[in-house]
Amino acid sequence: MSKMTAIYRKELAFFFNSIIAYVVLTIFLLIAGYFFYNLLAYFNLISMQAMQNPYLAQQLSITEGVLQPLFGNISIIMLLILPLLTMRLLSEERKSGTAELLFTYPISDWDVLLGKYCATLTVFAAMLGCTLLYPLLLGAYADPEAGPLASSYLGLFLLGMSYISMGLFFSSISENQIVAGVLTFGQLSILEHLDNFTKGVIDTNDIVYYVCFSSFFLFCSSRVLESNRWRS
Amino acid sequence: MIEVTNLSKYFAGRPAVLDVTFSAEKGEILGFLGPNGAGKTTTMRILTCFLPPSSGSARIAGYDILEDSIEVRKRIGYMPEHVALYNDLSVAGYLDFVGRLKGMAASARSRRTGEVMEECGVFDVKDRLIGKLSRGYRQRVGIAQALLNDPEVLILDEPTVGLDPKQIIEIRELIRELSGSRTIVLSTHILPEVSLLCQRVIIINKGRVITYDTPENLQSHFRRSMVFTIELRGGAEPAARLLSSIDGLKSVVPLDAPAEGRIKFRIESHEERDVRELIARQAVENGFGLLGLSTIDMSLEDIFVQLVTEEEQ
Ligand SMILES: Nc1ncnc2c1ncn2[C@@H]1O[C@H](COP(=O)(O)OP(=O)(O)O)[C@@H](O)[C@H]1O
Ligand SMILES: [Mg+2]
Repeated sequence: MSKMTAIYRKELAFFFNSIIAYVVLTIFLLIAGYFFYNLLAYFNLISMQAMQNPYLAQQLSITEGVLQPLFGNISIIMLLILPLLTMRLLSEERKSGTAELLFTYPISDWDVLLGKYCATLTVFAAMLGCTLLYPLLLGAYADPEAGPLASSYLGLFLLGMSYISMGLFFSSISENQIVAGVLTFGQLSILEHLDNFTKGVIDTNDIVYYVCFSSFFLFCSSRVLESNRWRS
Repeated sequence: MIEVTNLSKYFAGRPAVLDVTFSAEKGEILGFLGPNGAGKTTTMRILTCFLPPSSGSARIAGYDILEDSIEVRKRIGYMPEHVALYNDLSVAGYLDFVGRLKGMAASARSRRTGEVMEECGVFDVKDRLIGKLSRGYRQRVGIAQALLNDPEVLILDEPTVGLDPKQIIEIRELIRELSGSRTIVLSTHILPEVSLLCQRVIIINKGRVITYDTPENLQSHFRRSMVFTIELRGGAEPAARLLSSIDGLKSVVPLDAPAEGRIKFRIESHEERDVRELIARQAVENGFGLLGLSTIDMSLEDIFVQLVTEEEQ
């Protein structure tokens, strides 16, 4: 456990001491902010029209009109951005040669995997935390529902978990960071399970799906690391 | 302490290490000597559990490298050939990180980190980022991390490669100080290094062990011929003629003239027949001035070349 913590702390320090966490965070917030602005402007326009049309006014909901599409957009941006965080996790150790020492220390493969996984997850959680800014801004002028907001964040976090585990896996099989990044980027199918969360519905099936997805790829990564020690 | 039995490693069907067997006792410094591509690094990576062998087995301190990999890794300190460290950490921060990975408690970690930094001469750069260090310092940090947990077995892959002469002497000094009760395996492609440091030498070429002996035994075993130089005053032509008239010489090689009017030869003769007196007498009788005559010990270098070429024939 303390060995895992050591890796976790080192990885986290790497993210925040190097420029990459900040670059990724900035890009992420800029794109999300752009979408937020557009959605809000559009919602504003519709609201104006709704003043003349009471039937339309009843249909208007800030959650469905702004937040739900915003979280949909954020999930897509995550798919673009998270490979930037995961692609170097293991491939860089191999490429630069630091793996040679790392794997001759008395640590288990899981210490390495979970340490790196949790560190990336922490960076991601910080990124996601920053997007709370948008609903908070909305809260100043409107009254977004708390339930769907919370479930959306749960959904996004689970999606991030899945996505990072997959990125870690691709980083374990490829020495090439770019290949690892592109492979991770190519997987869009996991977005489907996010829909319920953004509507405020927490379905166990969706949770189980994401948890299994993450565990599966973490397990695959551990097999890849272990296979380096098999007789060939 | 180290027992290696019939170890082989193939890469894509090509052998990098073939049927290697050796052992090292506690406190011994064992030298692994061979040209580039001989299989030294591969053997060391197998011993440190970084690569699995294709066949054969190895035990360190009684633990099998495949079955008890973690136990083995607890007991070794390894310095790879290309020391790759985390450039974004400071020296002290890096060693602390390694200490945690080696499972050391906080108190032992801070004490040992200080000690190894002293021992390896990196204390004065302890707060510098590793990425900003010179090659020599990085090599020392490489040794420092290997020593951190005070391991029973040290495995050093070409510890002096790429250093300047002063640094080489310092690192050799350090290795000698470190030996004591530790078992050290070090590889090199530089011959004098093994005779300076090691109690036993394994000469390896193309993955196979060619010989396995003490440096002294190797030297005496292969001293089949006697080599000496002679320096004379006189003409080069007549001197060469005189030397070629003497029987029993294996070779006569003219060397660079040390000065105007003086000549020098490297002569190799059969060991059982000492021709030095005969040559000296003949030279003087033929009117040459005898300025010097000195024997050369056959160096490990010569033995190495001889062994490797014999093997290839
Ligand atoms: N990872 C690898 N993949 C394929 N071939 C390798 C690998 N590592 C080493 N070799 C080959 O094995 C042989 C021995 O290499 P090595 O152990 O590095 O020799 P040395 O350290 O004595 O210079 C070389 O021919 C090298 O090309
Ligand atoms: Mg080598």
